[in-house]
Amino acid sequence: MINLTINGEPHELDVDPTTPLLWVIREQAGLNGTKFGCGIAQCGACTVHLNGSPIRSCRTPVQAVAGKEITTIEGVGSIDGELHPVQQAWIDEQVPQCGYCQSGQVMSAVALLAKNPSPSDRDIDLAMSGNVCRCGTYPRIRRGIKKAAIAMNGVADSGEKING
Amino acid sequence: MGKWSRRAFISAGVLAGGVVVFGVAIRPGNRADKVAGLIAGEDDTVFNVWVKIAPDNRITAIVPHAEMGQGVHTTLAMMLADEMDADWDLVDFMEAPAHKEYANYALAKGYAVGDVDFPSWLIDTVDGFFLTATKAMNLQITGGSTSVPTTGQAGMRVAGAATKAVLLQAAADSWKVPLTELSAQKSMIVHSGSSKSATYAELAGAAAELSQPVKPVLKTPDQYTIMGTDVQRFDVPPKVDGSARFGIDAVLPGMKYATVKASPVFGNAVKSFDESSIQDMPGVRKVVNLGDAVAVVADGYWQAKKALDQLAIEFERNGNETVEQSDIFNQFAADMDRAVSDGEEITDFEKGDAGAAMSSADSVVEAEYRVPYLSHAPMEPMNCTAWLHDDVCELWTGTQNPLGFAAEVASALDMDTANVQLHNEYLGGGFGRRAFPDYTIQAARIAAEVPYPVKLIWSREEDMRHDHYRQASISRFKAALDSSGKPIAWINQYVEKYDPAEAPHIPYGIDNQFIHYAESKTHVPWGFWRSVDHSLHAFFTESFIDEVAIQAGDDPYKYRRNLLEQAPRFRDVLDLAAEKSDWGAPLPENWGRGIAIHRSFGTIVAQVVEVEIVDGTVFPRRAICAVDAGFAMHPDGMKAQMESGIIYGLTAALFSDISIRHGAVAQSNFHDYQMLRMNQSPEIETYIINSGEKVGGAGEPGTPAIAPALVNAIFNATGKRIRELPVRLHDLTNEDLKSKDVA
Ligand code: FES
Ligand code: FES
Repeated sequence: MINLTINGEPHELDVDPTTPLLWVIREQAGLNGTKFGCGIAQCGACTVHLNGSPIRSCRTPVQAVAGKEITTIEGVGSIDGELHPVQQAWIDEQVPQCGYCQSGQVMSAVALLAKNPSPSDRDIDLAMSGNVCRCGTYPRIRRGIKKAAIAMNGVADSGEKING
Repeated sequence: MGKWSRRAFISAGVLAGGVVVFGVAIRPGNRADKVAGLIAGEDDTVFNVWVKIAPDNRITAIVPHAEMGQGVHTTLAMMLADEMDADWDLVDFMEAPAHKEYANYALAKGYAVGDVDFPSWLIDTVDGFFLTATKAMNLQITGGSTSVPTTGQAGMRVAGAATKAVLLQAAADSWKVPLTELSAQKSMIVHSGSSKSATYAELAGAAAELSQPVKPVLKTPDQYTIMGTDVQRFDVPPKVDGSARFGIDAVLPGMKYATVKASPVFGNAVKSFDESSIQDMPGVRKVVNLGDAVAVVADGYWQAKKALDQLAIEFERNGNETVEQSDIFNQFAADMDRAVSDGEEITDFEKGDAGAAMSSADSVVEAEYRVPYLSHAPMEPMNCTAWLHDDVCELWTGTQNPLGFAAEVASALDMDTANVQLHNEYLGGGFGRRAFPDYTIQAARIAAEVPYPVKLIWSREEDMRHDHYRQASISRFKAALDSSGKPIAWINQYVEKYDPAEAPHIPYGIDNQFIHYAESKTHVPWGFWRSVDHSLHAFFTESFIDEVAIQAGDDPYKYRRNLLEQAPRFRDVLDLAAEKSDWGAPLPENWGRGIAIHRSFGTIVAQVVEVEIVDGTVFPRRAICAVDAGFAMHPDGMKAQMESGIIYGLTAALFSDISIRHGAVAQSNFHDYQMLRMNQSPEIETYIINSGEKVGGAGEPGTPAIAPALVNAIFNATGKRIRELPVRLHDLTNEDLKSKDVA
């Protein structure tokens, strides 16, 4: 039995401990927002947070996260259903196309802004280059991150120049 | 609008059983009844197959196309709602069920006695299904950038206008006032002479009794209130919170998971495998021999994958095991040589006498280009969930061709098409890949062996090695210049032609042209890849015209411009791209700028790329895109499609090649079939021209011109001319390559 917490909910799972977290999230926990893209940590579609940091769940054996806190796209907004500022910025900028990569993109962007409230273009490149978007939404993702940064920093900080 | 008449419409509809249903002039008691059960809730009135009005005055546009991120549900709904003068806040959409009444081929064939353009590849596909699958129409394809130009212009708009017309008529009848005193606004009919007004819902019942007009008057652009605006797309909110349902997200009670491995060398039969070696592995339920592939069914995907990886499978040999990529290019070159030496050139386009002009030339420019095979690699690997129960086969997947898939599955399982029900989910990328039903047929055949629903998921490796590939090709050019540097002849030979026919044609005013090709078949399966043949020919022709311009000592933009005197629409698009890019303004060292222009799917696109070369690595920094699609129904959506097309094209040009090794695809995943990522993604500016010409597509035309614009920019930066894609294969670190006079 492996115990872990997903989006605040404890799960007790009877799985092969080497199973990648991705398949546990999708098939055992029934949370389908986290996607399978490559299975070899090359595309970021499966990005979730482990204690707040982004990880590729397709290459993380579930035993490695036993007892830890996992957050998926379903848990990134507030409990009362309000969207995270990154999600709102994604709607404002009409970022998604096919949408398949976007759970991963949002998770990476949320983690970036939690660590770095005013990322430069270079910071965005570094944090987001592990996430492939085959539909080419990168320019909008960049704008979305900058927009979310302003929203999260509030009016008081908005005078601060965001690079780029 | 095509020339069609009530008579043509009605008779065709009756005769061909579904062929002529396109949502206008559907009379109550006629076609719409067949589909009413599928789309109407209690108390809804179905006017025709494209629109329904609910008692709460909400209008649902029924859209016969799959959403793969191009915003088609929204754009088509806008076109219908605008013609209807609907209140946009009360408009919903619904993807048409996979039912032959919705076949959009109907739109083309039943309706298009006039000028509705339809790509020929689609017609062929349709005819194939038409002949082999059933007598009825099995097509509801999203591809070829046809949604807006055909379904939208000829279907949704006409349906909206026709529906509005009967609502107006119903109001006129019930209030006994002349039609001229009535107007439609925001889902209400209003009488100018009194305070009378009624919602569409209130009039819907009476209106449904009336015959709809066969030729409703459509709005002119100055009357549009919804078309041409940036409404928010319907599909965006569920795509930011993880709730959007893709094919891979289907969940059914008792469902198991499968994954599959096909012969690495295409089409070889399974020779042997030892099922007992894996049958005791945890979770393994069943091993299925599909003839040319083996599937493992297990309790979870990971268990199925682990077991399949352990299973040693021997495949038959078919002689292709020795084919290498170099053999394929050698074969192409030999077949091209032979076509010329045997006088067996297949003419693609001919004008004047290019051979004679060549011999009177002042100078001649020659070049040969090559492009590799390409894989689609949509983000969502191929998958399909299938469940056979009660004589029915239900399928959940994402497809660009739901009816065709259902027909193919029916024939694979020897079932009646009516018993195959396909639930189309969001597509995690299509790009042409999801027009091929192989994965769906596999899922259905696996499901036929087990008493529970099965979700088949291909690994990324399987996805990359069993795609239907954009063809590899060689293209050879020869241009004759007069003493002023003007081209007087253009000879082009390439290998393998698919579609659209005009892809290799050039817009330039060159009097003598001979464009021809040779056939050279390989064992690699072919498929529609974003923009199809345009994706290679724009690279060929727009690279070569650049070389010719440089040879003539001219500026690549001005040279093109001078050759577009007879093509003002092209010239305007080219000028806009050049102007917005500050063409000619100095760039920093190691930067370069390139331009290209190409028309595809009725849309003209010119692009300028600025690159920076950093230690031999190419960084596209800025891309300027000018586009004339006639009219942009959803300008922000058009921009998004250009951005997408540009990045898709840049990815291919910089990184992508599928190469054949020992008869099989050498690449397997994103580590060896690389993707453009955020750090190499340029800033993109898109400028739209609404020329008022016939409406063209948006999903594909952004792709073709970007590869030549890129290599032209690399030439500008380094003096090195790249004639074979991808750029990755070339060493750009050598500083000596930099020729100062081209900066
Ligand atoms: S699926 Fe995990 S990185 Fe691609
Ligand atoms: S939106 Fe389609 S892959 Fe990113």
